[in-house]
Amino acid sequence: MEKLFQYLARASASFVLVILLSTVIILYINARPAIEEFGMHFIVDTRWAVDVPIEEVESSDKSSIPAVTTDSDTPQNHNISAIASDVKFSSINKQSAPLNIDDEFADMDEEVFVNEEFSTSLETNTKTVYGGAVPIIGSVFSIIIAMFFAVPVALGIAVFLSEIASERLSKPTSVAIELLAAIPSIIYGMWALFYFGPLISKYVGGHSVSLLVAGLVLGVMVIPFMAALSRDAINTTPDVLKESAYSMGATKFEVIKDIIFPYAKAGIVGSVIVSFGRGIGETMAVAFVIGGVFEFAGNITSPTNSIPVVLANNFSESSGMSMSVLYYLALILFVLSFTIIFLAKYFLLRRKAS
Amino acid sequence: MRLIINKVAIALSTFMAIIGLVFLGWILITLVSKGITSLTPYIFTHDLIDNGIRNLIWGQFVLSGLAAVIGIPIGIMAGIYLQEYGGHSKYSEFIRDLSDVMMSAPSIVIGTFIYAIIVVPMGHTNGWAGIAALCVMLLPIVVRTTDDMLSLVPIELREAGIAIGASKYHVTVNIILKAASSGIVTGLILAFARIVGETAPLLYTSGSSIYMETDLTQTFPSMTVSIYNLATMPDAKLVSLAWGAALVLTVVVLMLNILGRFMIKRSNN
Repeated sequence: MEKLFQYLARASASFVLVILLSTVIILYINARPAIEEFGMHFIVDTRWAVDVPIEEVESSDKSSIPAVTTDSDTPQNHNISAIASDVKFSSINKQSAPLNIDDEFADMDEEVFVNEEFSTSLETNTKTVYGGAVPIIGSVFSIIIAMFFAVPVALGIAVFLSEIASERLSKPTSVAIELLAAIPSIIYGMWALFYFGPLISKYVGGHSVSLLVAGLVLGVMVIPFMAALSRDAINTTPDVLKESAYSMGATKFEVIKDIIFPYAKAGIVGSVIVSFGRGIGETMAVAFVIGGVFEFAGNITSPTNSIPVVLANNFSESSGMSMSVLYYLALILFVLSFTIIFLAKYFLLRRKAS
Repeated sequence: MRLIINKVAIALSTFMAIIGLVFLGWILITLVSKGITSLTPYIFTHDLIDNGIRNLIWGQFVLSGLAAVIGIPIGIMAGIYLQEYGGHSKYSEFIRDLSDVMMSAPSIVIGTFIYAIIVVPMGHTNGWAGIAALCVMLLPIVVRTTDDMLSLVPIELREAGIAIGASKYHVTVNIILKAASSGIVTGLILAFARIVGETAPLLYTSGSSIYMETDLTQTFPSMTVSIYNLATMPDAKLVSLAWGAALVLTVVVLMLNILGRFMIKRSNN
């Protein structure tokens, strides 16, 4: 029994290790064709599913190629997004197609699909180029917008809860904030699609699915999470420090600025980084409202794309190289989030040490 | 002047807090008001093919339930190994770091991983793939919780157990696990609540079926994936069904969270 138990425990631990390691390895194996094909240039290449004559690619400098030879199906994709404008269509999965969906839409989906096959099978002297710049930039910008919105609000909430509100007010509010952090992200996405997006486009202008809306929704989503974490950090400030400052005649704001923030700085920065990591990998809240088109958002209110949304929308229709490209994107996303976690750990550990 | 700045700063902070709470309240009110109108007995007794959500509730319950049944024992055993056998060896520190990383890995990436190892060999989306994806999400959380909770158990308890001649297995199961049980259970409930509401890892692993399905090797109904699909439909009726499903999902997740919090409180008393 003793031996068996130890053996089981050890086996479980090793199993966990194997699962987690194989995630990285499987991602890499599947992404390798794309990595070999496009290399690091993938990260800065803005073209997605664009057919380019082979000679051109091999002979000349890549950046000098004009992105005119657009694949015949890319504009179609855009058309659909335009038609479906608010109701983002391109995301509907194959298996759900028979469900009450307009025949017209279903036909279009097929048409796009056929076109893709058509162009890859017949035009043998071209190759399809994929670049990840649009979703990568989209991800980064949407999370930056989210942070601009979320950090002040979340810090406001954290300070309010720990320093300003009375015990009677702050207890229930704290619980409410923590519960809100647990709401599934798809709810945030739905709310944004039907209410927040239209509101933003009404007052700010532009589309109701856009980079701005996606960023703000991400912000709203991470607020409860960030507020709860930074409130915990603020609460670690010893009362003695605060009281001595008050006794010297400091105002509440001065205590917050000069005592609490310096003391809890590492924890607050850590909470921001963790929220950053959570936001950048977020799929569902963003998938509804970012638009899902492979175009740079020339304007902050234009639709664009982000890595998780590309994965969510295109995965079930991909194969071969287009699939491998998606794995490449997944790997990039994984590395991004890994780096962020590493940073967060570094900040939090430094707090423990000091 | 200082007093004015103080007033302004406090007002600003309160204002920010109010903005945040207004947004969050807005979401909840929207959810409840839109969802409650479509919550009729009809949708709980019919499948999605007949505009009900019965099969979705069943599907989500089976997927996350089986993921928990498989993932929790493995996770707890791994946690026990880390704390009781591995200690601070390089091997267990490595597993700890890795599960920290995986805990915050984007959930969609886990979906791509399961797609490659299960969906591709089987040729189509299926229930087991969905379970596996949720399981991979759950494992690091369970490992982390168990590891943390066991580390809180005082070493004296272990020494006392060994001093009266109990084997390590007995000490672990009968003393240490018991001492840490309330914390672990709380962690498990919160972990379960998290996977119940997951959409991204299920998108192309379990997919979602509009029929009642009991065969896990087939495309399986999933509530969250269906909400995603329904909400993007042009048909207003389906959209309102999505709101109803979203409300049910949120209520379940919040109930689980409140249950978890209640357990924390009880164990503190």
